[in-house]
Amino acid sequence: MKNTHSSFRVDVSVQYLLFLILFPLLVALFMPVVRRDTERGWIVKLSALAIGIVTVLALVTLYDKGTVYLGGFDVAPVNLLLFGLEMAMAALLLWYAVKYRHYLALALVAVQTALIIWFEATCSSAADVAYPLFSDSFSLIMALIIGIIGSLICVYSLGYMRHFYEHHPEIPDRTGTFFLIIFVFISAMFGLVFSNSLVWVYFFWEVTTLCSFLLIGYTKTDEAIRNSFTALWMNVLGGVAFIIALIWLAAVPGGMLSLDQVLASGKALILIPAALIGFAGLTKAAQMPFSSWLVGAMVAPTPVSALLHSSTMVKAGVYILVRLAPVYAFTATGLALSMVGAITFLVASGIAISQTNAKRVLAYSTIANLGLVVACAGIGTYEAIWAAILLIIFHAIAKSLLFLSVGTVEHRIRSRDIEDMNGLITRTPKLAAMMVIGIAGMFLAPFGMLISKWAAIQAFINAPFGFVLVIILAFGSALTVFFWAKWMGKLLVVTPDKENIEGAVDKNEWIALVSLAGLTTVTCFIFPIISKILIEPFLLANYGNIARLSQDNILIMMMMLFLIVVLPLSILLPHRKHRQLPPYMGGVVTAPDMHFENALGAKTPLSLGNYYLGGWFGETKLRTAGIYVCGVFIAVMFVTALAGGIVL
Amino acid sequence: MISLVYAVIFILLAPVIGGLLSGIDRKVTAHMQGRVGPSIFQPFYDVGKLFEKDPAEVNGTQRFYVISYFVFAVFTGALFFAGGDLLLVVFALTLAEVFLVLGAYAAYSPYSHVGAERELLQVMAYEPIMILSAVGIYMVTGSFAVSDILAYPMLLVILLPGLFLGFLYALTIKLRKSPFDISTSHHAHQEIVKGVTTEFSGPNLGFIEVTHWYELVFLLGFTYLFFAANWIVGIIAVIIVFLLELFIDNTNARVKWQLAVKSTWAITLLVAIVNLAVLACVVVV
Repeated sequence: MKNTHSSFRVDVSVQYLLFLILFPLLVALFMPVVRRDTERGWIVKLSALAIGIVTVLALVTLYDKGTVYLGGFDVAPVNLLLFGLEMAMAALLLWYAVKYRHYLALALVAVQTALIIWFEATCSSAADVAYPLFSDSFSLIMALIIGIIGSLICVYSLGYMRHFYEHHPEIPDRTGTFFLIIFVFISAMFGLVFSNSLVWVYFFWEVTTLCSFLLIGYTKTDEAIRNSFTALWMNVLGGVAFIIALIWLAAVPGGMLSLDQVLASGKALILIPAALIGFAGLTKAAQMPFSSWLVGAMVAPTPVSALLHSSTMVKAGVYILVRLAPVYAFTATGLALSMVGAITFLVASGIAISQTNAKRVLAYSTIANLGLVVACAGIGTYEAIWAAILLIIFHAIAKSLLFLSVGTVEHRIRSRDIEDMNGLITRTPKLAAMMVIGIAGMFLAPFGMLISKWAAIQAFINAPFGFVLVIILAFGSALTVFFWAKWMGKLLVVTPDKENIEGAVDKNEWIALVSLAGLTTVTCFIFPIISKILIEPFLLANYGNIARLSQDNILIMMMMLFLIVVLPLSILLPHRKHRQLPPYMGGVVTAPDMHFENALGAKTPLSLGNYYLGGWFGETKLRTAGIYVCGVFIAVMFVTALAGGIVL
Repeated sequence: MISLVYAVIFILLAPVIGGLLSGIDRKVTAHMQGRVGPSIFQPFYDVGKLFEKDPAEVNGTQRFYVISYFVFAVFTGALFFAGGDLLLVVFALTLAEVFLVLGAYAAYSPYSHVGAERELLQVMAYEPIMILSAVGIYMVTGSFAVSDILAYPMLLVILLPGLFLGFLYALTIKLRKSPFDISTSHHAHQEIVKGVTTEFSGPNLGFIEVTHWYELVFLLGFTYLFFAANWIVGIIAVIIVFLLELFIDNTNARVKWQLAVKSTWAITLLVAIVNLAVLACVVVV
């Protein structure tokens, strides 16, 4: 596994890692300097292209090399630099907390800063791990998600932000800052997935917290500021847990501040720090009781939501959980972690039914799907991890597509309410098609998320006490079908007033939308290949076993996909001429534009609304329940970890 | 593993058997209501007539949804009878159902809209027990493949009595029988407008009817799985279940959707927890 020798002879391919971390940072520094839109447009597009290409190059050169470590240089000065940057970030956050008088955030940041200083003062020698960077196939998968989807979102933002300021003239134009933060964010994500040194992981972790805080509060409206602080204090709470875990690990004889050491050590030693880092992962992945920050993050411009939900931020949370999964496997601590995820999946799916705001539906669906990933990570068997990685991949693609299309549609219909999306298939046919592909990708066979859910069911059954998780999953999955299908139905209504309001969609937005829609479909076709060259080697290296779909099932899935692609063509088939009749209105006299005379003789337009079942799935009620139940399971997680992790 | 022959036999024979069962259904129902009832071939005459009708539709997209519904329902059954993966079968069934729902939505008509919402409520109600039945069967037999499940030497219903009851409960929904015919009923007991199928007419409606036959055969096949170890017992059980459904249909009034969803969930939850927990313990021991 450990490729010690090649790491000294610095492999050319390894330099891709450095490029991916440092290049976005470089671009970010340019962003505030560039004043003109066209110049910025070109820089962003070319950089996005470069990042995308290098990600693919890294994949091509590294995918068959197993785990590659990069090190052999003096880490101490770098660690010192990171410490300096952490202090600068802490100062910035403290300044914001004081400025907006948010004392909870202030207190938490102060505690965290104190802990960082303590760590630096007492444990800095342990932090000099030999190989601070590494890459394995899971890192590469994450890098692909960040590099490709993140870049597409950047390109999309070029068009979106221009429209955004046309629609919101009251907000001062800070597009330069916007792209600055976005590129720092992407750089930090690359850093996070390629870091072996936990101190580095922690540093990048904190950078993502800072970036998301700044992006959520970007518009500086009262609501935005309020929600950005919610995100801040929750994530800093996770950060506090993380730094405590680091201090703990540094105290272990010999130090354990790198991922490979942690994973190679026995469970009993590191279950408590793993639980702490798991807790940090839960906050970042917006699991209950910390889900509200991600829902609140919806106030930010749509590309930010897309970025937070699909390729960055929340994915950092589940990334670290999946990394540490072997530690959680077969312990009560892991089971409690799984339960947090599973309950979050169920509750968030339920809440999504009652939401009319499209972005909130997407937010709750993200929280739900991350819950599923967390549940898999807690189980920690090779099958569960296979499911978890598939979930991460498919979710990232379909969800970013959905966010971006909602964003573009929002600029057309001036609303993000699903009820206002009635008949989009006639009003904005191409955009509606994009959304339909995204939604299908989220819940229908044979698309990605369903494959992943299927894998998750298989994994849960074979795990101890897994049947509880399966029951939760079965119910949650039924809820998912309900809210996605009714949204899809709303889009596909053929309304009689066929006014096309699509207009000219910005070219940059189109590039991103079409690429993502293409990816949603193509990944379903090629997922057996992705599984074979990327996921299976990772499973083999870490679990000594691989999971995959049987040949038969792959064949059947392909047949279904083929049918789905071909069936829409059936409209073109020659057929007898069909008479078109107006819908049945119970005998009421109805005009062609679906106005009818009501009981008082007034002309009333027909309007149909979906079921939202607020009485059953109301947000307040369910969220409160979710917070308490998940809170209890988090407590169980820590208690069992302290008790030495009862082995199942 | 997958046997193409059985899939083809299903595709060819299912409409015949399904149609006949529908005819028997009408005959038995008529007798229960003190009527003579039509010939058992009546469903074929009806569907034949539907296909002769002048095609009329609310908009041009309806045909696509109906054909997709038909194709995937047939696919579901074919996959099942070919010995395929039970979970995939359940997912394909949902896919087919979603196409029907989308067709109803697309019509932009108040009756079919309500029908579509209610159909989705039904999907939401019965999907957990379908998945969990498959999971229970897997826990006993160690495989999701229908071909392996059939080879299991013991009557599954003995080990999965709870899940079987839950499945029966949901079967009433799937067969569109009272008291759970909330989105549209197969026999008109009380409604004038036919819910989710309101806006389909002529050949489109004919397709939906034939699809229903396919589904009927598939669902009875699923029921048979619980008794597969002994084919005589299996066939008798399937006949009893079918007659039981007719009896329930004719002795119950339609309930509100709230009760339909809640009771199905409650029963699913109860039987799944008890049955699966016992199984899990057995497996551990």
